[in-house]
Amino acid sequence: MTTTAAVAVRGRPSGPTAEIVFIRRSLTHSLRDTEALLMAVILPTMLMLLFTYVFGGALDPTGGYVDYVVPGIILLCAGFGASSTALYVSRDMTTGIIDRFRTMPLRASAVLTGHVVASVLRNLVATGVVIGVAIAVGFRPTASPVEWLAAVGLVALYILAITTLFAAIGLAASSPEAASAYGFILLFLPYLSSAFVPVETLPAWLAWFAEHQPITPVIEAIRSLLMDTPAGEASWWAIGWCILVIAVAAVWGSWLFRHRAGRD
Amino acid sequence: MSLAIDARGIAKRFRSTEVLRDLDLAVEAGTVFGLLGPNGAGKTTTINILTTLVRPDAGTAVVAGADVRTDPDAVRARISLTGQSAAVDEVLTARENLLMLARLSGLRRRAAASRCDELLERFDLADAAGRRVGTYSGGMRRRLDLALSLVVPTPVVFLDEPTTGLDARSRQELWRIIREVADGGATVFLTTQYLEEADRLADRIAVLDRGRIAAEGTPSDLKAQVGGAVVELRGADDALLAELPTDGSVHALRTAVDELDRLPASAVAGAHVAIRRPSLDDVFLAITARPTEPSGAPLIGTKG
Repeated sequence: MTTTAAVAVRGRPSGPTAEIVFIRRSLTHSLRDTEALLMAVILPTMLMLLFTYVFGGALDPTGGYVDYVVPGIILLCAGFGASSTALYVSRDMTTGIIDRFRTMPLRASAVLTGHVVASVLRNLVATGVVIGVAIAVGFRPTASPVEWLAAVGLVALYILAITTLFAAIGLAASSPEAASAYGFILLFLPYLSSAFVPVETLPAWLAWFAEHQPITPVIEAIRSLLMDTPAGEASWWAIGWCILVIAVAAVWGSWLFRHRAGRD
Repeated sequence: MSLAIDARGIAKRFRSTEVLRDLDLAVEAGTVFGLLGPNGAGKTTTINILTTLVRPDAGTAVVAGADVRTDPDAVRARISLTGQSAAVDEVLTARENLLMLARLSGLRRRAAASRCDELLERFDLADAAGRRVGTYSGGMRRRLDLALSLVVPTPVVFLDEPTTGLDARSRQELWRIIREVADGGATVFLTTQYLEEADRLADRIAVLDRGRIAAEGTPSDLKAQVGGAVVELRGADDALLAELPTDGSVHALRTAVDELDRLPASAVAGAHVAIRRPSLDDVFLAITARPTEPSGAPLIGTKG
């Protein structure tokens, strides 16, 4: 390609090049977001220590609480980590960079794929940190390698579901600040599930909610895989809920992406 | 001459607001076209329609030989857009921004890297290439923004208010670069609120007012439209007190001076009258009948 003298037609990135470029971009963003990175390590450590040493004794005097609480903390941290996706997406949509991508012959939605894939990878690493800290404070899972694989797979599916939802929230929000605020509500859901206390100990009306909300089956399924507790139908409910959330968020998100084009 | 942009009967409304109505535009290939208009006249909507971001409610627009409605990807392959807010990634460095754009434009790794170096050099960003864009000044950001648009030297280049908010030096620099782009053979379509910018850069100018083209022509055509001269009344401190466009005849001049005479004596103490050639500002005022600078001189009359 020569300098100014001639004009040229813009090429179309071949195959998944656009997706790869955007995944790299989002990962670079994650690595340079020092605060979020620090929180991704500090938050699971703090929660783990808090629930094991502060609340753990009261909740289970035998000292086995750590084995109960790990799945809950994994989901709590994954949710927290995924929430920054809303912020990143909203920032792209409001700064004008999206208009640059939309006026090029490529799938502009690849920019969302980049954010989602980067979030899944980032939060799988955060999950690794949670498990590492958990083992250090006495977590002793009984899972076989296959069960481990299944557990990680389910966690990845959960991260994908909540990330897709946060991406859609990022598209719906009018500003990055609003995106963060909406996301906060979702982060509260794990507390109203079987993450920290058995559902039976809750007042009846709350127990009903906790039993029927999507977080509980995901937690029960992970717990059964890692600790050999009975899963019942939880695994199927968990997978079903995740797929439903992904489908709804994807349809909602792609509608928003198309309709928020070139607002004046 | 072939047309780089051929838009006919474009209409667009957002909810109850009619932004564009029956807009026609014809821009010859290889020229610089300036779209002037006050805020809210529909400049950005026009650019958004021509760059495939927004679909018009009615009308057709052919850009670089392709229809924006039926073949948007063919249009996208032949245009670049520098929008009003700098579309740069602040977390990445200038080099990473350029590499990303080059890869997204289908350049292979090596070609992308060399194109990148070339643009960093040309836009005087080589020294700052490894710094995060978030640390850049407004002028540097704008230069990078334009460099990103030129990763592929597309036949048609859209610039939406390219120098808004820049200091005089940065503005001059961008003007030089825009001139270069035009000299390279590209068609440049720019919107601006600065009449000087249009005067300096554009071969042809259209004035957009309330959603339609109110006047179109070369800068000198437009100036000729408002008449031969402008009579100004300036105070002792050289501040502009009043101005009146005239057709340059003695009769018109006398009328103008009579009108100036009617101002209160206290306001004209030490004032003097001057006659000058019309500027694009006068054209603009005459066409849109609204002042561009609300803080300016009291307007005691405009010629229709």
